[in-house]
Amino acid sequence: MYGGGYIPKEESRKTVSNDDPEMLATFEERVTRGEKVEPRDWMPAEYRRQLIRMIEQHAHSEIIGALPEGTWITRAPGFRRKLALMAKVQDEVGHAQLLYSAAETLGKSREAMTNDLINGKSKYSNVFNYPAKTWADVAVIGFLIDAAAIVNQVANSKGSYGPYCRALERICYEESFHLKQGHSVFVYLATGTPLQRSMLQDALNRWWKPIMHFFGPSDEMSEHTLTLMKWKVKMATNDDMRQQFLSLYVPKIQELGLTLPDAELRKDPESGKWLFGDPDWAEFFAVIRGNGPCNAERLAVRKAAEVNGAWVRQALRQADAQYVTPLA
Amino acid sequence: MSVEIRSLDPRVNRLGLHIHEPGAADTLPPHDHWGTYQVFHQKKRGDRHGAVGIVHAPSPELAMVYAKEQFGRRGETANLWVVDTRHVLALDYGDQDMFATTPEKSYRDPGGYKVNDKIDEYREKMSHELTP
Repeated sequence: MYGGGYIPKEESRKTVSNDDPEMLATFEERVTRGEKVEPRDWMPAEYRRQLIRMIEQHAHSEIIGALPEGTWITRAPGFRRKLALMAKVQDEVGHAQLLYSAAETLGKSREAMTNDLINGKSKYSNVFNYPAKTWADVAVIGFLIDAAAIVNQVANSKGSYGPYCRALERICYEESFHLKQGHSVFVYLATGTPLQRSMLQDALNRWWKPIMHFFGPSDEMSEHTLTLMKWKVKMATNDDMRQQFLSLYVPKIQELGLTLPDAELRKDPESGKWLFGDPDWAEFFAVIRGNGPCNAERLAVRKAAEVNGAWVRQALRQADAQYVTPLA
Repeated sequence: MSVEIRSLDPRVNRLGLHIHEPGAADTLPPHDHWGTYQVFHQKKRGDRHGAVGIVHAPSPELAMVYAKEQFGRRGETANLWVVDTRHVLALDYGDQDMFATTPEKSYRDPGGYKVNDKIDEYREKMSHELTP
């Protein structure tokens, strides 16, 4: 699922580069031709740094995203739903592993990425700092957050870095099952008893704000952003992806007679663009800074998993073990 | 005194977790997640094995266990190989120019041997010779 979505801005962005101009020109020609960049190719320092950040954050989002849904495995209504949710949660963790290995090819170890996650240095998708209170939350996450992530991941899978594209192709293929099962849970509740319907409406109301936050605020069209787009690191603007998501999924929500908690949400017939009210960006930034309802719990659970497994990894370690950067 | 975490999830509450103070020492030492193995997947008998990705593992046997979960958990699988990444020798992309002239070697391709023109020319010639 859980494609990176918004990548938070850094405090100090390095825009000055000391890259060899000749190498840089060759690199940019290759990317412009549509050729992929492979791990041991020469690449601009900033390209490497941005990709590590982006892929790493995407990986963290997959693994943290498994937590709110994992909560519901033991309480899924029925055996088939339980099987499906287990399979989905396992897929998300598998996606994290695929993404971590893509980031590893750029030179950052998995241990370093995990440490940065636990210590709050690297971020993950903001939506997972909200709790999944009822089974209807699982429906909203599985349908709409996965759908938003797919919009993001399909765009990124056409990027320039080979290992990331290959990981995303496999991920998008598996996501299609996630989206279908999410939609199935969503439709069953929407067409169920009045209580099930009101449960779903309540979950939709609570999740709509984080969903609107998913792609992040409008990009500032700086030179930095334009360079990342030229290098095919950033494949679409946050606004474009949000518009695409709204066009695809608002009708699927409305056809079930459900409402969205934004009185200003409508498609402008002239521009064809969706208009919406302020989704409270102040809350968005507060949650990114660590003040969301579940930030502390997510990181503590993640840390406990590493700490509690340490003795097993230690016991299995071979004396001659040696790490080399994966090839692809 | 650190604050205990209260979760909606009873399993999390049973762990008795406390808020982790950011900026603390790194949790994982280097190499804690072992080395890596390259995984090769064969979908059906008769197909080739193809490289699909890596797993982290302390031994080939455990690499195979993880490879089964990671690359064989849906769809068809006939067979898997795992190879310690240290044992793979790879070319550098910078040396790709050593293959630059290979596509031009028409004498290695079936397409490099076109004789139909010759045959047609010969048959044309013969048909003129045979008519009185």
